[in-house]
Amino acid sequence: MPKEYLTIDETRDMMLVVADKIIEAEPILTDADRALGDGDHGIGMERGMTAVKEALDGNEFPCVGKVFMGVGMAMMSSMGGASGAVFGTLFRSGGKALKDAESLDGAGVATFWKEGSENVMSRGGAKPGDKTMVDSLVPAAEKSAAATGSVSEALIAAAMGAVAGRDASEDMIATMGRAKTLGEKSLGKPDAGCVSVAIIAETMRDFIDS
Amino acid sequence: MKKLINDPLKVADELVEGLVDAYNGECKFVGSRSIVKNDIPDGKVSLLVGGGSGHEPIYHGLVGRNLADGAACGDIFAAPPPNIVFEATEEVNRGNGVLYLYGNYAGDVLNFDLGAELSDDEDIDVRTVLIWDDVCSAPPTEKDKRRGIAGLVPIVKMAGAASQVATSLDELEAAARKAVLQTRSVGVSMSPGSIPATGKPTFEIEEDQIGLGMGIHGEPGVGEIPMTTADELTPKMLDLVIEDFEKDDEVEPLTPGDDVLVFINSLGATTMMECLIVLRKVKAELTAKGISIYDVMVGPLTTCQEMSGISISLTRMDDELKRYWEMPCQSVCFSKMEGRYGGQK
Repeated sequence: MPKEYLTIDETRDMMLVVADKIIEAEPILTDADRALGDGDHGIGMERGMTAVKEALDGNEFPCVGKVFMGVGMAMMSSMGGASGAVFGTLFRSGGKALKDAESLDGAGVATFWKEGSENVMSRGGAKPGDKTMVDSLVPAAEKSAAATGSVSEALIAAAMGAVAGRDASEDMIATMGRAKTLGEKSLGKPDAGCVSVAIIAETMRDFIDS
Repeated sequence: MKKLINDPLKVADELVEGLVDAYNGECKFVGSRSIVKNDIPDGKVSLLVGGGSGHEPIYHGLVGRNLADGAACGDIFAAPPPNIVFEATEEVNRGNGVLYLYGNYAGDVLNFDLGAELSDDEDIDVRTVLIWDDVCSAPPTEKDKRRGIAGLVPIVKMAGAASQVATSLDELEAAARKAVLQTRSVGVSMSPGSIPATGKPTFEIEEDQIGLGMGIHGEPGVGEIPMTTADELTPKMLDLVIEDFEKDDEVEPLTPGDDVLVFINSLGATTMMECLIVLRKVKAELTAKGISIYDVMVGPLTTCQEMSGISISLTRMDDELKRYWEMPCQSVCFSKMEGRYGGQK
């Protein structure tokens, strides 16, 4: 039975599950980053999501946007480095765009990914095709925007986009960050940021079924 | 590598605590991990620096009298998160604006920009000047892609002096921009430092090779060349700096009669002996070109643990920059008397 919308508390609980999933995936993220970057993405995300759990667990929020903004602030202030800034920006700007909505519906999901991805691009300067997390964010935004209707449909579509973007990133040559020094050697492996975004989007989708 | 540390994850916190102790009351530990001077006067245009830890004495060792007012300190080799930048900004602010002055690295720019937004929400006037002295990191037409390396030490020194006399953020920003524009560096690396938490090397390089133009974290530069002597290598490095002044449309080429400040920096393991041998060749080369050495700095001020490598920085000095340079300054890691060696004062 597709769900029409998530309440504020359900949105918070969804993000707590996302936090657990990312913490669990630390070895996967570390391996993905070791192949192309400096190998600290897994540890950074684990640290960020541990702070997210502290910020969300047992707390009440006035609107769904504040849940996402809380996630962003916790990641930003605990992770440091470039990834703390971009993941923090994703959740802070995506949450801010939801204004004072008291539930998360399909349109809200689409707004979250659209505003989040646009702000990550303007903040970090990455474009689609640069082999960064943007390559999962943009398709997640596009697919969820096309899926008019329930929160279930929008989350399924966003996850589909994020996963497709992660897979497509394998065939891209890195032009940003540390991986750019590898040039064509970066082919054949997905971007670690895309791996994280795909896990986040898939966990949000799976939360509805649970 | 034997490292005298405690919990590897607390290295950055503990080193800043130790730094505050070294200041013995002159500076304090602020918020999550910043260091700020205790006696910033009301109305001062403030100067905030910062970046990843592990490169001591920069940046946090450049907080002090007539130097920076505070530093936002990141974890080892990682940019400080925005909340740390914001906490430091609030603490140095005296109502007349805060200038952010730091090296041009993606993580630092992202986090300092977010810190500036948080500060703007509190109506603190913030401006940013990026340091990009490493001429091997990108051509002069792409300065936004250049990294900040050892040249930041004379730049922060002169900006710190300028902040004592500046009456507005505009004035301080202009002085810092001039110091950045006139400062150019070339570095080489011979062997990597290690990451304190893991003991792993920060990059790899063959025993018989030198990374010409390689960055302080092992970022690629011009390329690798066979290990050679100080006298063979020094002119190659110096020529890259001098050529950059020629190629860049934003500055005049260095010409006979120009005064330059010379800074020979060790990345950590390269000894003072080696720095002095390089300095001697720099002096001979510059003298042959008719360029006069206005003053000299030499030593390990921008480091990467026990990395071995060296950089040469030149700053072309005009009357304004000379005034800033000649102002005395004091910090735990970098101090100088009034005037200059060989000068009248």
